[in-house]
Amino acid sequence: MSSGVRTLVSPAVLARPRGRAVYWTVFTGIVLLFTLAFLFPVYWMVTGAMKSPDEVARTPPTLVPESWSTAGYADAWELMQLPTHLWNTVVQAAGAWIFQLVFCTAAAYALSRLRPAFGALILGGILATLMVPAQALVVPKYLTVADLGLLNDPLAIWLPAVANAFNLYLLKRFFDQLPRDVLEAAEIDGAGKLRTLWSIVLPMSRPVLGVVSIFALVAVWQDFLWPLMVFSDTDKQPISVALVQLSQNIQLTVLIAAMVIASIPMVALFLVFQRHIIAGISAGSTKG
Amino acid sequence: MTKTVERPPAARVGPVKAPSPAGDRRRRRLTDHLRAYGFLLGGLICFALFSWYPAIRAVVIAFQKYTPGSDPEWVGTANFTRVWQDPEFAAAWRNTLTFTLLALLIGFAIPFVLALVLNELRHAKAFFRVVVYLPVMIPPVVSALLWKWFYDPGAGLANEALRLLHLPTSNWSNGADTALVSLVIVATWANMGGTVLIYLAALQSIPGELYEAAELDGANLLQRVRHVTVPQTRFVILMLMLLQIIATMQVFTEPFVITGGGPENATVTVLYLIYKYAFLYNDFGGACALSVMLLALLGAFSAVYLRLTRSGEEAA
Repeated sequence: MSSGVRTLVSPAVLARPRGRAVYWTVFTGIVLLFTLAFLFPVYWMVTGAMKSPDEVARTPPTLVPESWSTAGYADAWELMQLPTHLWNTVVQAAGAWIFQLVFCTAAAYALSRLRPAFGALILGGILATLMVPAQALVVPKYLTVADLGLLNDPLAIWLPAVANAFNLYLLKRFFDQLPRDVLEAAEIDGAGKLRTLWSIVLPMSRPVLGVVSIFALVAVWQDFLWPLMVFSDTDKQPISVALVQLSQNIQLTVLIAAMVIASIPMVALFLVFQRHIIAGISAGSTKG
Repeated sequence: MTKTVERPPAARVGPVKAPSPAGDRRRRRLTDHLRAYGFLLGGLICFALFSWYPAIRAVVIAFQKYTPGSDPEWVGTANFTRVWQDPEFAAAWRNTLTFTLLALLIGFAIPFVLALVLNELRHAKAFFRVVVYLPVMIPPVVSALLWKWFYDPGAGLANEALRLLHLPTSNWSNGADTALVSLVIVATWANMGGTVLIYLAALQSIPGELYEAAELDGANLLQRVRHVTVPQTRFVILMLMLLQIIATMQVFTEPFVITGGGPENATVTVLYLIYKYAFLYNDFGGACALSVMLLALLGAFSAVYLRLTRSGEEAA
């Protein structure tokens, strides 16, 4: 029972029969609560899409579909043009990820290791954008993107994604902590700056690159307001925007099926990388 | 004295050699700087175009009559007064502030208590962490649509649950007085996973001896929470509170998707109003005036947050 770490309740109390009874009661309660609050809505969504349109509108609702039908999913795939919107989202997210990896890493490396003139000023300017909540600036940002002729272009997602002070700062701080002698040794061996970055710094920075990658992908996949503004063209819209635009006049079971499909990629990403994601969130908190 | 005498001969020894290394060094510094800027360039352009310039532009356009495609006109503070007189303006600010307050009341105590309990459990730790974070990974648009369906007055699950418990049914997001709370519930459900995980990490960094010492002093469970747990996590609590205020003041997706700002403007938020001014009224001056107001308020909160994190880092 004891993992060696002392918490609020002492291990001695938990070892007593009464303590153990309370522990298991609380444990069962929390399992039930979590299942009901977090897993049940997901179950309801996945099975709701498999009910017939008739059954899904019935009161009281059925807990298990009377007949399991995948027609809702098939219809959603076809009628809502999910392949197009999913592909748009993939392109937007992947591009934003690559742009961020290339430009944020290069800039963070320069600010951390190359001591450019006015480096402190630039870093200050970048960190100052952390004080400016992104959403409050969407309108002037939209006008700038419009002036550049980037509306309905994935570049409207990719380029603003680079201006991510949080990720850049995360990278810079990681680069700051890399051992100096290793980088100097590379330089003495005649490696150029780009070479040092590519074959010394980046391989050593895998953990932080993983965190930044996940943040970058999730941010684009989950975003709604910005793509709603810049993609007026239905064929270019990512899945989040398309779902809302199409939700008005479509059958409920089809909409629910589309919602499930839209959630699968991120939930799958989470389940695969859950250890890293959870460790990243937990670590980020204690380090500020 | 002696040094000033010695200097001229030293300079005379190498009049050809002396400037050369210095010039070399200067040239090398210059190429270093250029190379550094080569690495910085892409990032700098993006920050300039999509962060710095829009911030300045918001302030400029707030004082202009701005229609894309035609020349802007200076109008002084007309945008501010027009926005101010809009009946939706007061509603939007009232709703946003109420939403933020309710989100603090509901969405702040619950994650803390949950994390406190989870930290005591020695089984299925990974299960709890994954499950509580699952809603965060579901796209916000999907969460919003899902809850819209739950709140449906006909076959919605929310009223079905109330009926099951023999409680009176509610209008949820369709009632003017319950709509805002309904949205807060959605936002809390969707976002609390991150908060719980951060609290858990903070709780795990509390040294066990503190609890042991408190117990020896005769402190009971609640006293230990009050005198050990809360002071030890005060910094994280404060930080998350500020972050949550900043995030909830920018709420948009839930009201846009679930209620469309209704019923009777009960859920119009400031960001929603900004969106309306820009894309429904085509009034970019008004939208920027609103943005500047929101920016000023949130900027103040952010400044406090950054101040706190920096002092926390120094203390650590």
